[in-house]
Amino acid sequence: MENPENVIEVRNLEIDFHTYAGEVKAIRDVSFDLRKGETLAIVGESGSGKSVTTRSLMGLLAPNAEIKKGSIMFHGEDIIKKSEKDMQHIRGKDIAMIFQDPMTSLDPTMRIGMQIAEPLMKHKGLKKKEAVAQALEMLKLVGITDPEARINDYPYQFSGGMRQRIVIAIALVCYPEVLIADEPTTALDVTIQAQILDLMKDLQNRIDTSIIFITHDLGVVAGMADRVAVMYAGKIVEYGTVDEIFFNPQHPYTWGLLNSMPTLDTASGSLRAIPGTPPDLLDPPTGDAFAARSDYAMKIDTEKQPPFFKVSDTHYAATWLLHPDAPKVTPPAEIVRRQKKFAEMQKPEAPFAHTASKE
Amino acid sequence: MRKYLLKRIFYLFLTLFIVATVTFFLMKLMPGTPLQNEAKLTATEKAAILAQYGLDKPVWLQYFIYIGGIFKGSLGLSFQFSDQAVSYLIGSRMGPSMQLGGQALVVGIILGIILGAIGAIRKDTWADRLATILSILGIAVPSFVLAILLQYYLGLKTGWFPVAGWEGFAYTILPTLALAASPLAETARFIRTDMVDVLSSDYIELAKAKGLSKFGIVYHHALRNSLIPMVTLIGPLAAALMTGSMVVENIFSVPGIGEQFVKSILVNDYPTIMGVTIFYSALLCLLLLLTDIVYGIIDPRIRLSGNGD
Repeated sequence: MENPENVIEVRNLEIDFHTYAGEVKAIRDVSFDLRKGETLAIVGESGSGKSVTTRSLMGLLAPNAEIKKGSIMFHGEDIIKKSEKDMQHIRGKDIAMIFQDPMTSLDPTMRIGMQIAEPLMKHKGLKKKEAVAQALEMLKLVGITDPEARINDYPYQFSGGMRQRIVIAIALVCYPEVLIADEPTTALDVTIQAQILDLMKDLQNRIDTSIIFITHDLGVVAGMADRVAVMYAGKIVEYGTVDEIFFNPQHPYTWGLLNSMPTLDTASGSLRAIPGTPPDLLDPPTGDAFAARSDYAMKIDTEKQPPFFKVSDTHYAATWLLHPDAPKVTPPAEIVRRQKKFAEMQKPEAPFAHTASKE
Repeated sequence: MRKYLLKRIFYLFLTLFIVATVTFFLMKLMPGTPLQNEAKLTATEKAAILAQYGLDKPVWLQYFIYIGGIFKGSLGLSFQFSDQAVSYLIGSRMGPSMQLGGQALVVGIILGIILGAIGAIRKDTWADRLATILSILGIAVPSFVLAILLQYYLGLKTGWFPVAGWEGFAYTILPTLALAASPLAETARFIRTDMVDVLSSDYIELAKAKGLSKFGIVYHHALRNSLIPMVTLIGPLAAALMTGSMVVENIFSVPGIGEQFVKSILVNDYPTIMGVTIFYSALLCLLLLLTDIVYGIIDPRIRLSGNGD
């Protein structure tokens, strides 16, 4: 491990999918770290590769996926090189996962107590009785009311929000070091979303776990994450702390994402979208993949892949706009407004710094 | 649950009543009489015999007399076996038929589940293809063809098993295999399709994320969820077995009900035809009822909502 604070270090990961049409380059040279106790959000639109990246951490890639290059270091060992058998001992114990749709991710024919107890029996060698007793504690922890009575219920007897609490209980029952949450609130309605996010934050503190939070919902990211990585077309294009990404974004794609996020001040009837569609990853573009959709694209963007430029110690962005020779451009008005706020936040004891980050 | 059961049992009797009624009138439409050497009989002798069995009365009256008899618990006397009670006839021949049917169903379903599960788990490999070919063969080859092939190769040529007759367990093996082929094939096809679906579902993904082994996932999660719809197949499978057994019993000279039924139709043995039909219908209805109850037991969603229809 390069840094003892890192739980996971992903380096130069490249994943292809073999399809009838050819090789889809789903993940192209992705590197990131997950630090102990932090929440790292991976943001991007559908097909940007955020789910594939995290599946590779679990060793749960589809059979037609192939890891071409790179390493995923966990406890000083490369997960990619591990056998299926070894991965079974990591999954659910050290690295656990929460899925998107709680309505379909529980086994409809097994009592929920047993479903929560299963990882304990597998990883801690507990007998059924002890495991179910611990499952009961877990049910209490995730806020299921009357857990003694409900532990023997079946999934269909719970609402969507309650089911997601149960899925969280399953994921956390072995106190994993890393929790991967793959759009855990997308299928829930907004009030329930907030409850589930609060619950996750609360449990993160108690269990001391690091979270990788995958989402396309920037509103959720703001309240949840410590750091954010923005993915586009199989690459990370920008990463930094949540304040840096929200208030001092550098990559035109991040601008587009933030710009398309409706806020309370957004004039009615003016939802802004990013024009165009993501590139075909069967044949990814040579330069900056976002160039074709960007108003700020330069000639070099279509010719050469931009490297990461340092914005601060924690903030990097892969855009030629940060090159010293690049012309000065003015981002969209909304982004300028955010950057102004960011400048205020940088002043010592900025009165609105805390509330602003909650936006 | 009790209310539901009572309702189902009421429907069961209603069904049997309708079956009895329809069969009775259809049977009366069949050509011929139960009299074996009709040509040699004088008109008076004929009238006397018909009167003795109540066959001189109008058909509707005969119907009411028959139904009345059933309510009194009597299925009547057989014409062809020196006035033996039909209920005794069925009872004495039930053993071999039930044993064969039961064995064939158990063997077929268990092997079918294994074959289907292998096909689903090893999808698109040679094992899957082999399983598919086996199940297509099982469906395409009729049980009587298989029966004759088994009889010839495993009975006559190699002498491993007795060719025909009914004198112990060894005698049941070939007819059981002949009968089991079709439920085996149907089950294998059904389970494969079903399990391929289940294996790609979100809760299997979650089970993988828990770190369960492949076997654990199949055994604890995939199998149970694939077996639930399978239960609905048992009723129709059993019905197919009953019809198949009639021919197979004849081929292997098994003294069962199926063999009896075929004979009694040929000689217009009215009470036996009625009795066996009602017996088979009752058996099938009971099986379907049982299927629904079992469905409720293994699928909690149905059990707790209280009704299965």
